[in-house]
Formats: sequence, structure tokens, C-alpha cells
Amino acid sequence: MAGELFFQYLIAGLTYGTIYAVVGMGFNIIYNATGIINFAQGEFVMLGGMTAVSLHAFLPLPLAIVVAVLVTMVVGALIEVTFIRWLSRPSVLRMIIITIGISILIREAALLLWGQDVRALPYFTGNEITSIAVGGARISPQVLWTLGACAGLVVLVTAFFRFTMLGRQMRACAANRVAASLCGLPTRNLITLSFVLSAGMGALAGCVVSPITQTQYGIGTGLAIKGFTVAILGGLGNSLAAVAAGLLLGIIESFSVSLLPTAFKDAVSIAVLLAILFARPSGLFGARAATRP
Amino acid sequence: MLRIRNLDVAYGPVTVLRRVSLHVNKGEVVAIVGANGAGKTTLLKTITGLVRPRAGEIALEGQDVVRTSTEQTVAMGCSLVPEGRQVFASMSVRDNLLMGAHVQYRRGKKDEVAADLQRVYGLFPVLEKRRDQFAGTLSGGEQQMLAMGRALMARPSLLMLDEPSMGLAPLVMRDIFATVSRVASEGCTVLLVEQNARSALKIADRGYVLETGRIVLQGTAEELLANQDVQRAYLGRDVNEEQEGRP
Repeated sequence: MAGELFFQYLIAGLTYGTIYAVVGMGFNIIYNATGIINFAQGEFVMLGGMTAVSLHAFLPLPLAIVVAVLVTMVVGALIEVTFIRWLSRPSVLRMIIITIGISILIREAALLLWGQDVRALPYFTGNEITSIAVGGARISPQVLWTLGACAGLVVLVTAFFRFTMLGRQMRACAANRVAASLCGLPTRNLITLSFVLSAGMGALAGCVVSPITQTQYGIGTGLAIKGFTVAILGGLGNSLAAVAAGLLLGIIESFSVSLLPTAFKDAVSIAVLLAILFARPSGLFGARAATRP
Repeated sequence: MLRIRNLDVAYGPVTVLRRVSLHVNKGEVVAIVGANGAGKTTLLKTITGLVRPRAGEIALEGQDVVRTSTEQTVAMGCSLVPEGRQVFASMSVRDNLLMGAHVQYRRGKKDEVAADLQRVYGLFPVLEKRRDQFAGTLSGGEQQMLAMGRALMARPSLLMLDEPSMGLAPLVMRDIFATVSRVASEGCTVLLVEQNARSALKIADRGYVLETGRIVLQGTAEELLANQDVQRAYLGRDVNEEQEGRP
């Protein structure tokens, strides 16, 4: 493969990979706080993108994105408060079915609201044909926006969990919910916050990527599967591993196009998901055996 | 300080506690002893609001706490050191302790947290040595100390401990009980639940014996230690030896 082509595939892979990484991280945040795999995670990405497109009709772009992210955060909070909060000791199966139900609900609501049109935000800088030469390959500035925004998001969220009191409280709640409430921590609110946080992350990713990938009411499901693959690939609960796994999956997908017909692109990630579930369910970076509790 | 009247607790159809009544006065160390499955842990969980009773009253300093959430109960000054330590394994020792201080932040006593941290390090010097280590890497005894330290960071007026000696080496156990005594002598009221009846009653002022969900005996610690039934059931006195002594 020629050097430029290789680079072009790599950049495309990284672009998609960062989105998968952010969705996978969102999975992990909610999983850590609640033990729930939130299959509505992809809908947050869709909601963010779609809301921003609608708002952009009468708001400047940056403001439209900010408001769209906030709106999606509110939706995230509402989902937790209406569907999850009042359940005591729900079974995993029940939770999975509930989140799948929520995802169908959001998707159908989006269909009613926005129809089947494919929409996109304008390119943040330049337009469809603007490109920058990087190492012989030509990439759109929007790719840099996506990479930058997702990298910034990962750094910010990681710093939030590590250095702020609220972030530590969320980690405590994730590590041991009973002990957290025995410390007097408001565990229920911290769980709501985890939904808000991952909704906001998904929405922001949905906004920055929409000029490249475009957005439609139904994109959430596919992203949820990719994000889930990434979360499993990295090892459930490990956010930074999900980032690495996201980039990896994006790159694998992108290079698969050079070997297989493009239609198989999604099949590749599902194949990766199945392979990892069979061979190493604790993930690439997860411990094989249970560690000391 | 704490007054419980006719408490009934059930998990579904299984009744775990039946008409339990007890009280803990300010400044006292009270021990609840009993075998496995007697309902000791359930009793403490009910006081902290982790389990809801079917009937009965629980009053903390005169205030009804049957319906308050765990967070509120802790904020009211009643902290539980749970069975099996339950430290935040993936967080540092220091962060574990700071989580315990949450209610102090909420009370607006942020400035006292640093001094409280030093006080806990004073009680358990090993925690200061390991303050940046993950709590999950500590030994069982150190985790017990951390769990106690974390509860003390909330500055509770009533400290409840669930089986603090579980799984610990005798020497470590003695340390833990000595620290409980010391905390009590500094003015903290203590409610202690233990299978290890002898160690618990030795540091306690009063005690209750819980058997399959009922309180079957109560009295001062000396009375209970001297009681033949207690000795036979919980202190390992040999029944044969006793019978040989009879005519």
C-alpha cells in the first residue's frame, strides 16, 4: 500500500475511532456508576448532532453546539430519573431491556420530530473541499476538529474523575455504592450525574463529527454497538482502555475497506465484538483472573 | 442516643428480627453478641436505613430515623463501619478517608477536615504510611483500620461497627479493639456487633445477646461474661467439664 493511501486510511480510522472512543467511555461511566450497559448511549450522539443542526438555523454555530449538548444532558438526566432511579435492585437483563426500550423511544421520537432527512452541521472551518496536506495525505480540517475535541474531552473527563471532589465521589460511588452511601454521599444524584456526563460527552462527539459523517434519526443503534464493542474490547469499566480500543477499532474498520467491500465495514466491528466475547471477555487490557476484591 | 422499640425486619417472607428493643446511652460502649445468622448485621443495616423495617421505632437522639435515607442518617451523626470493611479498593487511602469527610464538608466544617485526617493518622499510623497506596492493596487488618478511619472522618456521635474482628489475626484484632476503646474514651458512643463475644464484652459497658432475631439476654458486660448460658453458647466453655463437676 502506498504511503499516502496508508496515511489516509489511518486518519479516517482515527476520526471514527475517536467517536467510538467517546461513546465507549460514555458506556463505561454509566456502567461504573450503576452496573448498567446503557444501550441508549448511541442516541445521545444522534440527539446532540440533530439538536445542534436544528438550533443552528437561528443560533451561531458554537452556541448551537453548547445548547445542544446541554439539552442532551437534560435528556440524560430525565432518562435516569424516570426509568432508572426508582428501581431497587433491578436484574441486569431487565436493565438491558429498559435501555433498549429507551433507545427505541428516543429514535422514534427523533423520527417524528426530524423525519428521515440526513442532516449535517456546516464544517467548522472551511467547507467540504478545504483540505490540509499532512504527510502527503490530504485531510479535512474537520478531522482535526474531531480529533482535538475528542482528545480534549477525554483529558477533561479523566482529570475530572481524578482531581475534583465530585469526580472522586463518583468513583467512590462506582467502587462501592453501599459504602458510598455510608459515607453520606448522595449516591442517587451521583448516578444521575453519570447519565448527564455521558449524555453530554456523546452529544459533543455527535456535533463535531456531524459535518463528516452526517446525522440521521437512526444512527444511534450502530454507534451503540460500536461503542459497546469498544467498551468490551478495552475491558468494561476501564475508560482509558476504551479510548485505546476505540482508536484500534476505528483503524481496523478503516483498513478493512482496502481488503473487503465497503458494505462489510460494520460486519468487521461486529466480528471483533464476537471474537473478543469468545476469546477474552474481560477485554484486551482487563485482568484475566479476578483481582483481589 | 439511640432507642429502638419493637423492631421487626423481614426479607420477603423470612423474618430476621422480631420485636427487638434496645437502647444505647451517650458515652456508652454497647456490644451485641450472637451467632451467625442471628440478625446482627441486619440490625445495624436497619438503623442506618440500608434496610427498611416492617414495624417498630428507631430514634436517634430523640429523632425518628425509620424513614430517613442512609445519607441523612450519616449526616445526623450515626456512622457504620460495615461488615467486610467495604473500602473503595480503586482509590488511594487518603481519598478513601476524604470521602468519609463528606458530611463534614456539608456541615460547613471544611476547615476541620485536615485536623481530623491527622487525628485518624494518629490513631492508625500505618494509614499515613500507606496514604497514596490503593486501598485494595492493603492487608485485611489495614483495610479494617481504613474503614474505621473513614467512618471517624464523619465525626460521628454514634459509631457502629459490624464484626470488626472478622478474619483478623489475634494481634491485629487486639489492636482494633484497643482503638475502639480509645475512640470511646474520647467521647464517641459505640455500638459494636461481634461474634467474638469475649473480646467485645471486655471493652463494652453493656451487652445484648441476639439469638435468631430476638434479644434473649441483656445486662452489663460483667454480668454477661459471668452468665453460664453465655459462657456455654458464646465463650466456648466446655459442657462436659461442667457436667463432670456435678454429683
